[in-house]
Amino acid sequence: MIEVRDLVVRFGDAPPAVAGVSFAVETGETFGLVGESGCGKSTVLRALAGLNTDYGGEVRLDGTVLPPHRPRGFFKRVQMVFQDPYGSLHPRQTIQAQLLEPLRNQGMTPPADAVGAALDSVGLPRTAAFRYPHQLSGGQRQRVAIARALMLQPEVLLLDEPTSALDVSVQAEILNLLMDLRAQRGLTYILVSHDLAVVAHMCHRIAVMQGGRIVDGFDAATLRAGTPTHPYTQELLAASEAYGEAPAG
Amino acid sequence: MTATFSAPQGGLRAWLKTDAPRTVFQSAMQQLYRGWRRFATHPLGLAGLAVILLLVIAAVAAPWLTAYDPIAQDMVNRLQPPSAAHWFGTDEFGRDVFARVVYGARTTIYIILLVTIIVAPIGLLIGACAGYLGGWVDEVLMRVTDIFLSFPGLVLALGFAAALGPGITNAIIAIALTAWPPMARLARAEALSLRKADFIAAVRLQGASKTRIITRHILPMCLPSLVVRLTLNMAGIILTAAGLGFLGLGAQPPLPEWGAMVSTGREFMIDCPWVITAPGIAIAVVSLAFNLAGDALRDVLDPRSGE
Amino acid sequence: MSNPLIEVRNLGIAFGRGAAAVPVVRGVSFALGREKLGIVGESGAGKSTVGRALMRLLPPAARVTADRMAFRDTDLLAASERQMMELRGRRMGLILQDPKYSLNPVVPVGEQIAEAWRLHHKGPAREARERTLAILEAVKIRDPARVARLYPHEISGGMGQRVMIAMMLIAGPDVVIADEPTSALDVTVRLEVLHLLDELIESRGLGLILISHDLNLVRRFCDRVVIMYAGRVMEILPAADLERAEHPYTRGLLASLPSIHRAQDRLPVLRRDPAWLAGAGGTP
Repeated sequence: MIEVRDLVVRFGDAPPAVAGVSFAVETGETFGLVGESGCGKSTVLRALAGLNTDYGGEVRLDGTVLPPHRPRGFFKRVQMVFQDPYGSLHPRQTIQAQLLEPLRNQGMTPPADAVGAALDSVGLPRTAAFRYPHQLSGGQRQRVAIARALMLQPEVLLLDEPTSALDVSVQAEILNLLMDLRAQRGLTYILVSHDLAVVAHMCHRIAVMQGGRIVDGFDAATLRAGTPTHPYTQELLAASEAYGEAPAG
Repeated sequence: MTATFSAPQGGLRAWLKTDAPRTVFQSAMQQLYRGWRRFATHPLGLAGLAVILLLVIAAVAAPWLTAYDPIAQDMVNRLQPPSAAHWFGTDEFGRDVFARVVYGARTTIYIILLVTIIVAPIGLLIGACAGYLGGWVDEVLMRVTDIFLSFPGLVLALGFAAALGPGITNAIIAIALTAWPPMARLARAEALSLRKADFIAAVRLQGASKTRIITRHILPMCLPSLVVRLTLNMAGIILTAAGLGFLGLGAQPPLPEWGAMVSTGREFMIDCPWVITAPGIAIAVVSLAFNLAGDALRDVLDPRSGE
Repeated sequence: MSNPLIEVRNLGIAFGRGAAAVPVVRGVSFALGREKLGIVGESGAGKSTVGRALMRLLPPAARVTADRMAFRDTDLLAASERQMMELRGRRMGLILQDPKYSLNPVVPVGEQIAEAWRLHHKGPAREARERTLAILEAVKIRDPARVARLYPHEISGGMGQRVMIAMMLIAGPDVVIADEPTSALDVTVRLEVLHLLDELIESRGLGLILISHDLNLVRRFCDRVVIMYAGRVMEILPAADLERAEHPYTRGLLASLPSIHRAQDRLPVLRRDPAWLAGAGGTP
């Protein structure tokens, strides 16, 4: 469904933030990009989304190469959920206005009860429609962000650390919601995270990034067994375990 | 907080405070109400607002507040000190000073409105476009802004007066044309930081056009700081207009304008101080009121507070 | 516990006055010895507020009440500001989350560390400098002389936290309160900083209060854990016993964590029981 070949992203004269990344994601799969801060994983996602049009290499959707300035129709197929629930909603617009905005920008007339149905699908009460973002909790805002991303009925969701800014208990709810939506709508996810546990839970296949490159790739079963062989992955696993979750077995 | 039980009051209060607004209108009214409660915690701001309200009332209700004609001359009664008949005395043409101060409020309101109408839209649009679009658009717009910034208001007013003839409207246009650059810079600064925000990225990912993004998403965020800045600058604008009036470049006689009144009253300052005292105090009080109200407004509208 | 370093009994903190006062912390009791005590809770649980209250660093709008809040023999509630100033840094240290914000951006780090020394010890500048270099070595910074001249924006996050630790330890406190000291750091850097903290605490026999939202971290790093929710203590138990926690909130929190090694279909969602807000739990 999505294929990335030799993606290179540079900011100014600094060494490239993304230095040649290639991977492919099947339809219906959840693909994880894992790494520490500065490894380039979010940059990859933003280039995929078309937010950054200045990149080298190819991004393909269903086999066709995408132009850097994405055509309007692209956004009906691929959408994104951002990390910070406090920054991804417009502070001065009602939830309803923000949910209707994608339809308006694509020139589509909203079907009856579009907002109500959207709120239902993410487990929010319909009364949230007339509230402003600052009247909602972090978890509720993230649900709105997910609902907004789904308004155009995309096939692919790019998830940029969707739960890093949330409390543990709220994270569980949001992850469950994402899994439910995935099953209901047959969505393809590309999930970026620094948290190995989240990635192990949600993803089918995982790639590890370091210094702008993919250094290791494996499937979820391998990660759970603790058997990835690349030294950096080992380091990440060890760090998660030492002052974190108990080791496997 | 429980609603009182007197029906209409309780109903309105509850409607404004409920946790679950049911219409867009109700939600918007709730925001306004909250903003007002916030504003009302600043006693000085409230005082400033009261004075501004007084100004508006004076302007609107002038004919009812004074029986005298601000323009009609009455040389017999010239330079009378304050008395029961003439609360602020009379000026060198026998005109009632109180009446001229009250009618002068109209001129002040005219100044404020005209300046706002010119400065706000120009500053907002130029600044927001420059900040969001960046690149050569930013360069060109900012250089234009710099050109206007380099003109001192008074000098431009003199130039306008020379070219178009003196008069209050021309003077105001001159002031406004030099007052918009700081607004544009402010709007640009806001737009620059908003450009990187996730909620703007989200809208870009919906295929929104640049126009839509600027007008619907960026401008509303620039508005609050612009309103605050304009309110705070209004004092300076009023003073500049008064100064122009003082120089004879602004309001022309016999129009009652506070600055012009101070100017013409100078001659009689020693013997008849009341001629310049009232308009002088009016200028000072109104300027101060705008400053105080602007300060309180800043606390309410500051987007950095998270609201 | 005999001779606790810190003793807190029935701590309550409210913001605001009279009827409008908002209670933020209620009925919190615990004691700290020469050990690593973790205070865990989600955002809004009040854990940072408790940490700051111990140092009397809350804003004036905060009203702190307690049956007892003491550092050794000093009653922290009744102490004057002057007495608190002598305690802070010298006897009790506070490490904050993000060195980007907690270090002065316009002063080189070496000077900031030296200042922490000079605030509590009289002596020549040379001695402060020597001690600065010594403590920088103790926090495993290579080339301390060069690093001391750097500004905060020139050092990495991990190094910044080491500088913060150095700054807090140079005056030789007995107790360190660390408020989310590694939340802003990458996972591999986190490991190093925590190892360092562990070593320093052990070798100097200090007491540590580690405030964090990361339950996994606290359970592996600390000796005992205080679980907080909505301003109250739900449970206090040894970290090793967390698997056998009794309070439903603790169990729910543990269960809702995704696991690297355990495959799960859905994560159990924590259902908040209003009954938890009724009483305070746990024995110090």
